[in-house]
Amino acid sequence: MIHFVVLISRQGKVRLTKWYSPYSQKERAKVIRELSGMILTRGPKLCNFVEWRGYKVVYKRYASLYFCMCIDQDDNELEILEIIHHYVEILDRYFGSVCELDLIFNFHKAYYILDEILIAGELQESSKKTVARLVAAQDSLVEAAKEQASSISNMIAQATK
Amino acid sequence: MMDSFFQRSLEDIIKGLRLCPPGTEPTFIAKSLDDIRREIKSSDRSTKATALQKLTYLHSIHGVDMSWAAFHSVELASSSTHSHKRIAFLSASLSFNPSSTDVILLLTHQLRKDLSSSNAHDVSLALSTLSSICNPDLCRDLTPELFTLLGSSKFFVRKKAIAVVLRVFEEYPDAVRVCFKRIVENLETSDMGILSAVVELLCELTVKEPRSYLPLAPEFYKILVDSRNNWVLIKVLKIFAKLIPLEPRLGKRVVEPICEHLRRMGAKSLAFECVRMIVTSLSEHESALRLAVGTVREFLLDDDPNLKYLGLQALAIVAQKHMWAVLENKELVVKALSDVDPNIKLEALRLVMSTVSADNVMDICTILISHALKSDPEFCNEILGCIFLTCSRNFYEVIFDFEWYVSFLGEMARIPYCQKGTEIETQLVDIGMRVKDARLELVSVARDLVIDPALLGNPFVHGVLAAAAWISGEYVNLSRNPFELMEALLQPRTSLLTPSVRSVYIQSAFKVLMFCIYSYVKLDGDDTSYPSGLTESVSERDLGRSFATVGSESLSDSELDNENVVITGGQPPSFSSRKQHLTEESIMGLINLAETNLGPLSGSDEVEIQDRASNVLGFIKLVKPKLHGCLDQSRGDIMKDELKAPEMIKLIYDLFSEELGPVSLNAQERVPLPDGLALKENLGDLEAICGDVEFSLPMSFSLVKPQMAAQDSAHVLECPSKEVCEPSSESTSLLAEHRKRHGLYYLPPEDKEVVDKDYQPTREPKGKAIDATEDLVKLTEPFFVKKKSNRVKPRPVVVKLDDVEEANVLVEKHEFKPDLLSGAVQEVLLGNEATASSSRKSSNKSNNDITNTAESSQASFVGSGRRKHHTHGKGRTNRTSGKEKEERSHKDEHKRDSRDHKHKSRQRAEGTLNVDVQSSVIPDFLL
Repeated sequence: MIHFVVLISRQGKVRLTKWYSPYSQKERAKVIRELSGMILTRGPKLCNFVEWRGYKVVYKRYASLYFCMCIDQDDNELEILEIIHHYVEILDRYFGSVCELDLIFNFHKAYYILDEILIAGELQESSKKTVARLVAAQDSLVEAAKEQASSISNMIAQATK
Repeated sequence: MMDSFFQRSLEDIIKGLRLCPPGTEPTFIAKSLDDIRREIKSSDRSTKATALQKLTYLHSIHGVDMSWAAFHSVELASSSTHSHKRIAFLSASLSFNPSSTDVILLLTHQLRKDLSSSNAHDVSLALSTLSSICNPDLCRDLTPELFTLLGSSKFFVRKKAIAVVLRVFEEYPDAVRVCFKRIVENLETSDMGILSAVVELLCELTVKEPRSYLPLAPEFYKILVDSRNNWVLIKVLKIFAKLIPLEPRLGKRVVEPICEHLRRMGAKSLAFECVRMIVTSLSEHESALRLAVGTVREFLLDDDPNLKYLGLQALAIVAQKHMWAVLENKELVVKALSDVDPNIKLEALRLVMSTVSADNVMDICTILISHALKSDPEFCNEILGCIFLTCSRNFYEVIFDFEWYVSFLGEMARIPYCQKGTEIETQLVDIGMRVKDARLELVSVARDLVIDPALLGNPFVHGVLAAAAWISGEYVNLSRNPFELMEALLQPRTSLLTPSVRSVYIQSAFKVLMFCIYSYVKLDGDDTSYPSGLTESVSERDLGRSFATVGSESLSDSELDNENVVITGGQPPSFSSRKQHLTEESIMGLINLAETNLGPLSGSDEVEIQDRASNVLGFIKLVKPKLHGCLDQSRGDIMKDELKAPEMIKLIYDLFSEELGPVSLNAQERVPLPDGLALKENLGDLEAICGDVEFSLPMSFSLVKPQMAAQDSAHVLECPSKEVCEPSSESTSLLAEHRKRHGLYYLPPEDKEVVDKDYQPTREPKGKAIDATEDLVKLTEPFFVKKKSNRVKPRPVVVKLDDVEEANVLVEKHEFKPDLLSGAVQEVLLGNEATASSSRKSSNKSNNDITNTAESSQASFVGSGRRKHHTHGKGRTNRTSGKEKEERSHKDEHKRDSRDHKHKSRQRAEGTLNVDVQSSVIPDFLL
């Protein structure tokens, strides 16, 4: 299974962290420090796997962003690379040629999308279309709620409460 | 209301953080946190939601603690608005710690409500959250809802529910009884997403405890053959990889489909999984293995570094059983050693090291070293480390030619950027103690190291030098020229050494000096046919000590001849050459050399050095005048009381000449614990005090030393015929040995008899285990006999201590931890086997006799009454193929029937029956 997902920028800034195994806040900071030290220093055209504390970390760089996932020794590294790519493609589809800024300003959406792809450290949806549909449906729910909240009658009701 | 107008949005925070100048980030975050703390208490839900969202952002990206806001997440989760709920659940899943966040229980009701909500998105949100925060209580309370969701008509909900079940099972194994049947039913779904979720779940479960899932093998097989989804196939392969070792006949069935997948060469991930599957679990299938190795070769030839890396890993697995696979790809592996990617290099190195055996160890080491010299220092040290580790594995199991290895170690120490001094040090000393036959070579290697003044300047080799010095001192009787050793040990440049190493030098010098004087005195006695029984016993001793060299004599013959050393049977090879040097002048010169060099050190501010230096000086003071007397005797004028000198010298020499053996790792455990010493008491409070501070090793040695030393010597003196007791410390460290031995001289020899005679020799058992040459000979296992035969010379004896060490490890490994989860699964899967088998009997009576034989054979099979064995026993009975076919058709019918049933109604009882039937089907499937 996947123990955690970390997105780190080339400068070592964290863009997203998702932990599927329990790590304390202190450990999390340490993990990220260790991993960025190991991964960001690796040159291009090297293999995408590093061994780390008996686990394997699969990473892939997309533009300025490193997508890292930590897996068990006997998990399939190539499969994880495919999952990373899958995630990136879905992000790309959702944001329309995604860039780091999209993820910075919409960090919660990146989480929601990730939640549709992975659950409990396992891949749950391999179809890009389905994920896009689900996320869009959720978004429209949110939009509907917003509209309702910002409708004049609602505002009056709130103000006179 | 006003709050929400002036509240900064998440975007404001993100922008602010990006704009704030470097270094001011923490202040900005602290300020934002203050705002958040205020806003989050707002009664307005959207203000609260925004605050929580900002906090979540700061938490997940900047690592800000948000445990204080846990309750607010719970509060907001009850909002009816989906967007608020979403924010609340996201914050909960990111920040709650299942074991320590106590407000999780307050979320139970809300989760239950959402899990049974009609809005599928709410359900899916609740499921995602549950998967990351579930603890046993939550799981217990929500299992019924989860069970309902496992049958949900909305596929994406059902899929999520299945994935969440994994976590629930881990936390609350009882949920298996409720949910497992539904999960198994989902294996037959047509929806890829659900199938994938189920297979993933079962894969994770199988990895933990494969045996329980054997009965599902037919289902997995079907997926393996039918499915075209790579992700599902990979997981199924993983499951089979775990099942096949338990049920080898499964291998025959799956090998063909797997090869089929491999030949199709679709996704690389699937291909790699097939390869890994074949090399780990199906390596006895020759054709499949060939195919897999062929694919590995393609990987290695590929430009993609990932494939190269994985190819090497796969090869490393094959190498354990099928060396030919590595040999076929030898050139590729060696090429990978110089890859640009350090990870690939390392993997190649590991692979190479895994192929090391007694036959090729020399070649491989030579190749690797030539490679190491060419590569960067970091990788060079990696190579050296690997070599040392492999060669010393299992008591130098792969080393036959210790002379080669010892000189190899010596050479390694001279590699300029070698940082593996500690390993070399340990191994040199270790070999010295364990392998008698290697000592001669060891001494000459040590001599070369000690004598080279250039090495003293390199701090990395100081450890090696310490080992070399110790060896020179300890085995000085094998040395060709003790005089040059003495000079080397006392050379002025030794001031460059660290104090601990230097004290080893001084102590070794002491031993060498002792030896020279002793040989001189003894020689004297020989020349004048000295009357006392002393010389006789001494030469016997000497014979005994030089016994070790006799074995290697024939080999080193020519070498020794070159140095004009005449070997007389049984005498140390260096004996006669030494004879020439042993004149009064040379001995006095030696003593003076020691005096002049050590004199200043008796004022050293390093206690260890000072101590040892004064010991030597004291000894010299004692012996020097007596030596003159002794010389007078040799001229024929024998005076009774002046016999003292040689006697004393002999006494001290004897103390040195006791052989040191390796110390068992478990030695310390066998020392009975003195009363009142609480070793196991918790030092928790100490940890609290010291926090993160790392402890340096306590210097307890010097504290116990005098007392222990006294006991040691007393024991030695009392029973000189017995072998020595081993030093009690489990530390084999050179220095520790030294201190202890050194400690002998804190008490003058005369006092030793005074020491309590009936003290408890706490180290008795070890002594027994280690010494006695006969036992050592027995220890050379028959394992080597075959190899020995085609070798020119026998492998030298390597002293191994009690195998308790290994046994202990094994016991730990095999310790079976009963798994609650697997127990529950087995119960569900094989639950009512009795009813199932009876129904089977009635359904095909013709097979009754077979079943009977099966059952009787099962009785003789495993004694354990567990049901899984039951299945096994049946599976292993041989049946004629005709009957088999017949039976299988019966089974299939039966299975189909039960499936029809299932579609009609999904009652639990039916489900049970269905599962049971499947479980009884498996033997037929396997045959």
